[in-house]
Amino acid sequence: MKILVCVSNVPDTTTKIKLSGDMHSVDLANVQWIINPWDELALTRALELKEASEGKIEKVTVMLVGAKSAEPTMRKALAIGADDAVRVDAEPLDAYFVAGQIAGAIKDENYDLVFCGIESSDYNGSAMGSMLSEFMNIPSVSSVSKVEMDDDQIVVNREIAGGFEVVVPELPFVAIVQKGITKEPRIPSMRGIMMARKKPLKVVEASGLEALTEFVKYEPPQPKAACKMIDADNVAELVDLLHNEAKII
Amino acid sequence: MNFEFTEEQIMIRQAARDFAKKLEADVIERDTKAEFPTQHVKELSELGFMGMTVDPEYGGGGMDTISYVLAIEEISKVDSSISVIMSVNNSLVCWGIEKFGNAAQKEKYLPDLANGERIGAFLLSEPEAGSDATSQRTTAEDKGDYYLMNGTKNWITNANCGSVYLVIAQTHPEKKHHGINVFIVDKDTPGISLGPHEDKMGMRSSDTHSVMFTDVKVPAENRIGEDGFGFKFAMKVLEVGRIGIAAQALGIAGGAYERALQYSKERKAFGKLLADHQALAFKLADMYVKIENARNLCLKAAWLKDNDKPFGLTSAMAKQYAADIAMEVTTEAVQIHGGYGYVKEYHVERLMREAKLTQIYEGTSEVQKIVISRTILKD
Amino acid sequence: MSKVLIYAENFDGKFKKANFEIVSYGAEIARQTGAEAIVLSIGNVPDEELKQLSVYGASRVLSFNDGRFDALENQAYASVIAQAVEKEGAEIVVFSNSNTSKALAPRVSVKLKAGMVFAATGLPKSIDPFMVPKKVFHGKAFADVVIKSPIKIICLSQNSFGITEDAKAVSIETFVAEIDDTVFKTRVTNVEKATGKILLNDAEIIVSGGRGMKGAENWKPLEDLADILGAATACSRPVSDEGWRPHSEHVGQTGKIVAPNLYFALGISGAIQHLAGVSSSKVIVAVNTDHEAPVFQEADYGIIGDVQKVLPQMVEAFRKFKSEN
Repeated sequence: MKILVCVSNVPDTTTKIKLSGDMHSVDLANVQWIINPWDELALTRALELKEASEGKIEKVTVMLVGAKSAEPTMRKALAIGADDAVRVDAEPLDAYFVAGQIAGAIKDENYDLVFCGIESSDYNGSAMGSMLSEFMNIPSVSSVSKVEMDDDQIVVNREIAGGFEVVVPELPFVAIVQKGITKEPRIPSMRGIMMARKKPLKVVEASGLEALTEFVKYEPPQPKAACKMIDADNVAELVDLLHNEAKII
Repeated sequence: MNFEFTEEQIMIRQAARDFAKKLEADVIERDTKAEFPTQHVKELSELGFMGMTVDPEYGGGGMDTISYVLAIEEISKVDSSISVIMSVNNSLVCWGIEKFGNAAQKEKYLPDLANGERIGAFLLSEPEAGSDATSQRTTAEDKGDYYLMNGTKNWITNANCGSVYLVIAQTHPEKKHHGINVFIVDKDTPGISLGPHEDKMGMRSSDTHSVMFTDVKVPAENRIGEDGFGFKFAMKVLEVGRIGIAAQALGIAGGAYERALQYSKERKAFGKLLADHQALAFKLADMYVKIENARNLCLKAAWLKDNDKPFGLTSAMAKQYAADIAMEVTTEAVQIHGGYGYVKEYHVERLMREAKLTQIYEGTSEVQKIVISRTILKD
Repeated sequence: MSKVLIYAENFDGKFKKANFEIVSYGAEIARQTGAEAIVLSIGNVPDEELKQLSVYGASRVLSFNDGRFDALENQAYASVIAQAVEKEGAEIVVFSNSNTSKALAPRVSVKLKAGMVFAATGLPKSIDPFMVPKKVFHGKAFADVVIKSPIKIICLSQNSFGITEDAKAVSIETFVAEIDDTVFKTRVTNVEKATGKILLNDAEIIVSGGRGMKGAENWKPLEDLADILGAATACSRPVSDEGWRPHSEHVGQTGKIVAPNLYFALGISGAIQHLAGVSSSKVIVAVNTDHEAPVFQEADYGIIGDVQKVLPQMVEAFRKFKSEN
């Protein structure tokens, strides 16, 4: 069995977002780049499954669509434990473009399970994993909060209102995972970092697929009005304000 | 010249930072209870930090000294009790055995030390001689097949958690420091006993004891190097150890600075942020400059070692300077925090207590100045 | 006449406010473009419920019902939606930003080669080019995105448009789609569901606790408050890391991103990552001992005080309010 984990390269979640002077782009100079947090959890879970599979899962591959500058993120994924990595050499223009590029790059690879994070912390697309499953014409399960291997089957929990459904999809399928899938992202060990030097990182050409959307302009958020303070001994005033002023209850 | 880190060094720094983040949850509690961080050390071992500089041939990480400095710095920003365990194991014990041990010694001890299965301790200080290696009272009498060891060692980091001791002892008192030897001693050898756990001011969750040797038989093959090599060994190993402690002091200063910086941007006094008061902004500027200087010294010492150049002078400077500024920076960080700085919840008082030890152990700041002055006056 | 198709997801045969919001939104786009607003519903929803959608401006409701659609099979659902868009010749497709929308809209996008904007925050700013505002970096910035394809998909961020009424005569029509059995490839083997519990992403009110709650054993009044308000419970990252609450409740940039009408931040100081995950809430109420806590910069109403003491008073005050209203 082979697992593919799709990762994206995003600014660290503590980054203060600065816009360029003309507001046409985000100023990404001096940004620290990380693996998208959901993707990192997915990778960690994929590796846990592989280690527990007694050889049934032969390899975990990470895939990224991005420029060469994203390679440190990929080598980190290799250091964490992925067996190999593939980069499609193109700027990730939108989710449709990325999903299409990945689908094209892996069409001869026969991955049994594809992991994607439920969203990315940069452009907040939440679309790539589902788009990829559609490009590949295979099932997908979204909002996945647990993945287990049961013999040759993969069993997942899908979060729903008030609980979860246990879903058994036919392989191959795309699991779009959220927080809770594993306890915390794995930190690369010294051995892992050392071994990452020798692991393959393949670069493939992008196909001619075009993006369907384009980011044209950015705006900073509107400043918020000052917080109205209420005395701790007068909670009734809060109820009153929420009811009569905010009209929210 | 090149002041840029490699991608791998950055990755190691980040790994250490991520690991350090996890230490934060219980560091205050462990400090209060002086509790050994068993679980954290296990994870430290699994991540390969305990033997990160050891040759991969012996199961180590094969990382350079610059990476080692970065890792110690990051961990020390949060918890120096952990970084000292790592520093003693890496720079004193593992490096000493790897550099000067014979093939059999390396094969027997290094893999377990590198993967954290066993932890090393370095036994030099004595009740009547701190880091002064020349006046050893502990004796190792040559009995042919074995050495008979007697004496007491003080302030031994990892004395209880560790099981591989590197012991400095006098074999030929008449030869003074040329008669000193160094031995690898297994802790469970009959005749070894521990004093009580030292109740320290800082780094309270690292375990420090005195160790007593009473007619301990140490196999002759456990001696490292030629007869009488012990003093030279200790000096060489301490040169490396200083880089680790300098990096630790640097991390302590950095941790206190980062907290003070954050606090200054959040806390208001007299209607404006602390950071907007010039008296405090200048304190932050001073802290920043000192830390940057200390970092440059640490990294230079590491670079010299990685490039097989003499690094003893630079590591002494790095240790003395970083330890002294760690004391200054942590004191100022407490000052910036005001009353909050004096209570445990805000971490900086603990960092201040930890900083103090870096001026004392593995050669006090004064000992470092002896090394520095002797070196610069030599020619 | 061009058409706007709105996909309205039902919850056990019922619609929620989020659906009324996207119908209002879709109807407004239809008005501005001289188009017709059509709603598509999949699953077993009573006609009475379907008719409700006309209140918000839908003139036709297509209802697709098929026994095979009891569980969410993304491929099958997406296929029905895509067929409806094609059959109706709709040019604009509107979804909510619920978990189900995340699973379906991207598939429809690929099927129709339709550009998609997720987490849209308002009406299109222009029709040609078709430009939609959206959140990026979890609300730390906003962007205008141009969709270049002939069919456009918008997933609207909850609470970014509101509900507007515009009652229309409505026709309820049965929609027929060709769905092959072979796309049903996932099997639901078990459902664990606590009734009354509300999914965080769908909740209109969220009561969230932070480190100031001091321990798992103190959560009872918080849960009481949630019960009284019909709210979901949530927590900040340190709380789930400590194991006081399950990870599924972690709200913030690396947990769940939420946008309820009302968000209570109780004993949460408001780290940048936490605020990024809740900043789209319509109203935020914060309770914290530290008046300098960053959460007050994002909050609309604040109480400075120990949450352990304030929370029981809140429980009483809201209980009283609910019993009187």
